[in-house]
Amino acid sequence: MTGNVAPEDLWVREGRILDPEKLFFDEQGYADKRVDCGGNIIAPGFIDVQINGGYGIDFSQASEDVSGGISFVGKKILEHGVTSFCPTLVTSPPAVYHKVPHLQSYKIFELFSFQLTVSKRSSHNEAVLFQVLPNIKVYNGGPHGAGVLGFHLEGPFISVEKRGAHPEHCLRTFKYGGLQDLMEAYGSLDNVAMVTLAPELAKSQSVVQELCQRGITVSLGHSVANLSQAEEAVQHGASFITHLFNAMLPFHHRDPGIVGLLTSDQIPAGRTVYYGMIADGIHTNPAALRIAHRAHPLGLVLVTDAITAMGLPPGRHTLGQQVIEIQGLHAYVAGTTTLCGSIATMDMCVRHFKHASGCSVEEALEAASLHPAQLLGISNRKGKLDFGSDADLVFLDDALNIQATYISGEEVWRK
Amino acid sequence: MKLIILNDYDQASEWAAKYIRNKILLFKPGADRYFTLGLPTGSTPLGCYKKLIEYYKKGEISFQYVKTFNMDEYVGLPRDHPESYHSFMWNNFFKHIDIKAENTHILDGNAANLQDECQAFEDKIKAAGGIELFVGGIGPDGHIAFNEPGSSLVSRTRVKTLARDTILANARFFDGDLSKVPTMALTVGVGTVMDAKEVMILITGAHKAFALYKAIEEGVNHMWTVSAFQQHPQTVFVCDEDATLELRVKTVKYFKGEAESKTHDAHMDLLKHSGCIESLKLHYGLVDNASLIIAVKTQIVENVDFCIIVC
Repeated sequence: MTGNVAPEDLWVREGRILDPEKLFFDEQGYADKRVDCGGNIIAPGFIDVQINGGYGIDFSQASEDVSGGISFVGKKILEHGVTSFCPTLVTSPPAVYHKVPHLQSYKIFELFSFQLTVSKRSSHNEAVLFQVLPNIKVYNGGPHGAGVLGFHLEGPFISVEKRGAHPEHCLRTFKYGGLQDLMEAYGSLDNVAMVTLAPELAKSQSVVQELCQRGITVSLGHSVANLSQAEEAVQHGASFITHLFNAMLPFHHRDPGIVGLLTSDQIPAGRTVYYGMIADGIHTNPAALRIAHRAHPLGLVLVTDAITAMGLPPGRHTLGQQVIEIQGLHAYVAGTTTLCGSIATMDMCVRHFKHASGCSVEEALEAASLHPAQLLGISNRKGKLDFGSDADLVFLDDALNIQATYISGEEVWRK
Repeated sequence: MKLIILNDYDQASEWAAKYIRNKILLFKPGADRYFTLGLPTGSTPLGCYKKLIEYYKKGEISFQYVKTFNMDEYVGLPRDHPESYHSFMWNNFFKHIDIKAENTHILDGNAANLQDECQAFEDKIKAAGGIELFVGGIGPDGHIAFNEPGSSLVSRTRVKTLARDTILANARFFDGDLSKVPTMALTVGVGTVMDAKEVMILITGAHKAFALYKAIEEGVNHMWTVSAFQQHPQTVFVCDEDATLELRVKTVKYFKGEAESKTHDAHMDLLKHSGCIESLKLHYGLVDNASLIIAVKTQIVENVDFCIIVC
């Protein structure tokens, strides 16, 4: 059910949205401070569940100051109305995810290739191993920047044919069909909000179950799965599709593949399959965006899939283990025509989505706030303007340009 | 009794709102002198509340020194239920104006002891010095507040079981599901409203026409409890054309004519005493000529009264 924009006052106390009627009758209380929003639309703050970096920071690039990099981007995206996000790690060598516990033959090879890469860039002789995953914890947003809801681990358990910009030598398959695969790859699942995997990989279904039991959202993507494999994964708990249409088999009328989940009748009752859309006008043709939206409007989740170069001028930059090239609004794997992520900001995506789909203001805003919150199971406190929700807000003008951003009732950015 | 007939719902709402506004302004309320207002709920007064909110937003009136007493509230309905009269008053009036919560009084339909709650309400009215102006509506069965047909005309605030007609009329607010409509309510009595210094009844729509006829053209009868106000010294009935459909043509012509002639007399009087209109306005802190004319009236003649407010 879609909400609606209505002329009302919004009350906030102690970082949460307050019921003013209760305040009036129970406490006989009044406003201590009034903020005139000048007729702006107040919407729940946007939530970006797929963002690989920006402003020169690449989340998958282990460095000396991983948490500093994430915070830096977190602060900048306040300007786009994003109040919570899932830093995304693309397929990377194990050392990026965790400290390598012991050296096995094949791991030594990977270790050395990582070391070689490091020493190519720096003039150090010794290998310096940095990890990303263990250095970041889930934290609340504030004036310092948008809140981190947990990592989105996009890979390495994905299909080789649909790897897109992900490095082939880092892809993995499931040896055990359970927790051990995850631990060997990632080291730890703390602070992980979502994992993207390909459900056609052998033994993947039990892994899907394992992750869902831990409250981690499982997303299907970078896959050549057919519809039945995808449906099976959903029945085991998968609930998201990573950037619909991209890095999966195209819709076919006799086997719709993952795209068919939008209208599948095999989804367990009471559950919704959400799907990420990069609405930058490049990754998806507007007609395809409209087909998806009309088929399943309540599942559409806007994501930026923003890469390092978002916010930077045109040129060459590094993403994971690859080098990319910016041309205008397009970002390609250097020397190819393979798209490797977008540089559109979340508010651009909201505006483009509304324009391309002809949807209402409410639908456009909910695709960036309510739906991602529902996907991650946090809609009891985020993504809504219900009484008791966290007061993460964004003020927009009628053309949906961001005027101000609030986190927990505190203004954290103003135009 | 005065019967004010306006063309349609919007005009009737505006007239009533202006009347309330001007009465409050003339009273000149302050920290030691509150204006006590009795208030109704339902669809009829919505337009009037909207207008009052408009006047507040324009800066023409403040409710800082106004105390309100609502007529009724359902029994057993949670206070934050969207159909409770607390929610109605909050959403349609209180949240848009500068009234203080401690100055609003609505019966608590979830009180532990309903009788005590009713008695306490009467005591609060007394403690506030009585009600200056009680605004009310009329049900299709002629009831005022929840004083259903058969209610004593000298009744006080008490618990009432709702009549079938009332439950049916209210069903539209509860998804048309009769089982969801509350069956009991706390209500001020006919006697409670009669104690007010002045009473204004709003009646709009053809479905209220028969009740209006019974209220003013027939005798005082406990089957049509609004008729009790025939015995109140200062009552105004404000209605639209549709609500007069069951009245005799003679009655309607009489009151329409009265309004016209009194307006004419009022203008004559004003011209006589015009002198310094602006300083008079200033003296009374009034915003327009309409309210000025009331002031003129209180200074000079007694019978040139309500109609002038319409101008």
